[in-house]
Amino acid sequence: MPYQRVVLYLLLVTAALAVLAPILIMASTSLKPMAEIRDGNLFALPQAPTLEAWSTAWHGRGGSGGLADKFLNSFFIVIPALVLSVGLGAITGYALSLWRLRHANLLFAALLIGLFIPPQVTLYPMILLVRELGLFGTVPGLVLVHVVWGLAFVTLLFRNFFQSVPADLVKAARIDGAGFLATFWYVMLPLSLPVFAVAVILQFTYTWNDFLLGLTFSSRDSQPVTVALNNLVASQFGEQEYNVNMAATMLVALPTVLVYLFSGRLFVRGIAAGAVKG
Amino acid sequence: MSHAEPSPALLTAADREAPRPRRRLSPATAARIALIPATVITVVCFYAFIAWTFVISLTRSRLLPVYDFVGFDQYRRLFANARWWTAMENLAIHGTLFIVGCTLAGYALAILIDRGVRAESVFRTIFMLPLSMSFIVTGVIWQWLLNPTFGIQDAVRDLGWTDFVFNWIVRQDRAIYTLAIAGVWQQVGLCMALFLAGLRGIDPNIWKATRVDGIPTWRVYLHIITPMLRPVFFTVVVLLAALVMKAFDLVVALTGGGPGFASDLPARFVVDHILNRQELGLGAAGAFMMLCTIAAVIAPYLYVELRKSRGGR
Repeated sequence: MPYQRVVLYLLLVTAALAVLAPILIMASTSLKPMAEIRDGNLFALPQAPTLEAWSTAWHGRGGSGGLADKFLNSFFIVIPALVLSVGLGAITGYALSLWRLRHANLLFAALLIGLFIPPQVTLYPMILLVRELGLFGTVPGLVLVHVVWGLAFVTLLFRNFFQSVPADLVKAARIDGAGFLATFWYVMLPLSLPVFAVAVILQFTYTWNDFLLGLTFSSRDSQPVTVALNNLVASQFGEQEYNVNMAATMLVALPTVLVYLFSGRLFVRGIAAGAVKG
Repeated sequence: MSHAEPSPALLTAADREAPRPRRRLSPATAARIALIPATVITVVCFYAFIAWTFVISLTRSRLLPVYDFVGFDQYRRLFANARWWTAMENLAIHGTLFIVGCTLAGYALAILIDRGVRAESVFRTIFMLPLSMSFIVTGVIWQWLLNPTFGIQDAVRDLGWTDFVFNWIVRQDRAIYTLAIAGVWQQVGLCMALFLAGLRGIDPNIWKATRVDGIPTWRVYLHIITPMLRPVFFTVVVLLAALVMKAFDLVVALTGGGPGFASDLPARFVVDHILNRQELGLGAAGAFMMLCTIAAVIAPYLYVELRKSRGGR
């Protein structure tokens, strides 16, 4: 039935184009000068591709700063938040699932429910806490809130993995004299490297893509890229420079898209567990 | 990474390290200590903070928290607030369109891919690509595509269809629908991945049996496979519902809640009242209502999940 195959591929290619089209249009627009955007067609390829808009988006122009500084901010927020939340989540998941502690299930249930709490509900008390610690508007403050809001997800990921590890392994390690941390470091860590990779990839993506926490807890000096992008697009005076907006958008999207493209299956594996996280 | 070795080598490594006589703590105590940070975060930052927000929703707090209790006045004000009801109505419209659209499109794509196509991973990668971008990026892209003067409307008019109209994003009565367009575009890959995993888990013998019986493929999907995937549908809908409730970034970047408050959502209402409008008490009441709404949707899912994980061991 070859005609069915033709229809099948036709449908798939159409769907793929529909998904890709906005990204391609955005890329092509970012390479056009403003005059061409005003007069030309959205779908037309750039006639004289120029990287000027990209340069403006990165370096800024005149008084308005570019994204370069904000990129650094985002990395300074994301990297420590990533290390801390994955480390803490791994230890917590390990302790929860392999040590048969009393109330471990209760804590796990409390964490799992926490995954669904809309951040708006706990936002204001968190502001008060961070302010009390003197960290409001600073990069460490943002790291802290990302760790708090990321912990439930990472713990869930590791707990579900360690749940499938036979408890005999812990017993064997104990007979060999390994304690809590030694068992984790020498036995569990090597076993769970794939889960680590999944956790790192997804936490990177979520933290980089966060907007609400960045909006709430950052100041001008610690603003992450997503907030900067929204400000750039929302608050330009006079005519919107769409080519600069598109170039900025692509710059902001690039790190997580690259991580996704290079991580392949690991991203897919974690995304189901992480889907509950906005 | 030296510890990625096979396990016999690992145990020797453990042997080498372990005999040092410095274990003052019993392992179980160490495990309990390791749980302290998570416990503190859970108890304080999740549950105590929820309780605090509830308490504040019972007070007159405006710019700053004050503990001057007024009963359920803030809830009364909330329920008399037209903008809140617009936001709730929008949540229902957007939620329905987004969940139905994503589920159907995701399931359709999963079925197409599952028919054994070449370059399967290319298609999968493309469909999931938007998933790696932030809601802000998605919102900015679609805000521009839907802009009547520069976006799709203008482009189609240029092609010769001069009275083509697609200006939903600037219309009071249509702006909310644009959220679903952008939302489905971004999240369809997630549904596809979940459904594809479900389809791959179907016993191949079922397919053999239906072939022997000569049942047409579409009927197999409709009457046999789809009912078998009921748990996957359940998971997908719950996950999407949780996403919809929290939807904040997308509406901020795409429509800014406008025109006016025509495409406002509860999450944006709450943030706006707490951070910008100095209506802490009212915002807290809104936040608590959000929590109640999400609880109603999530409770059955959590019940199933937690029972499953308890039975697992």
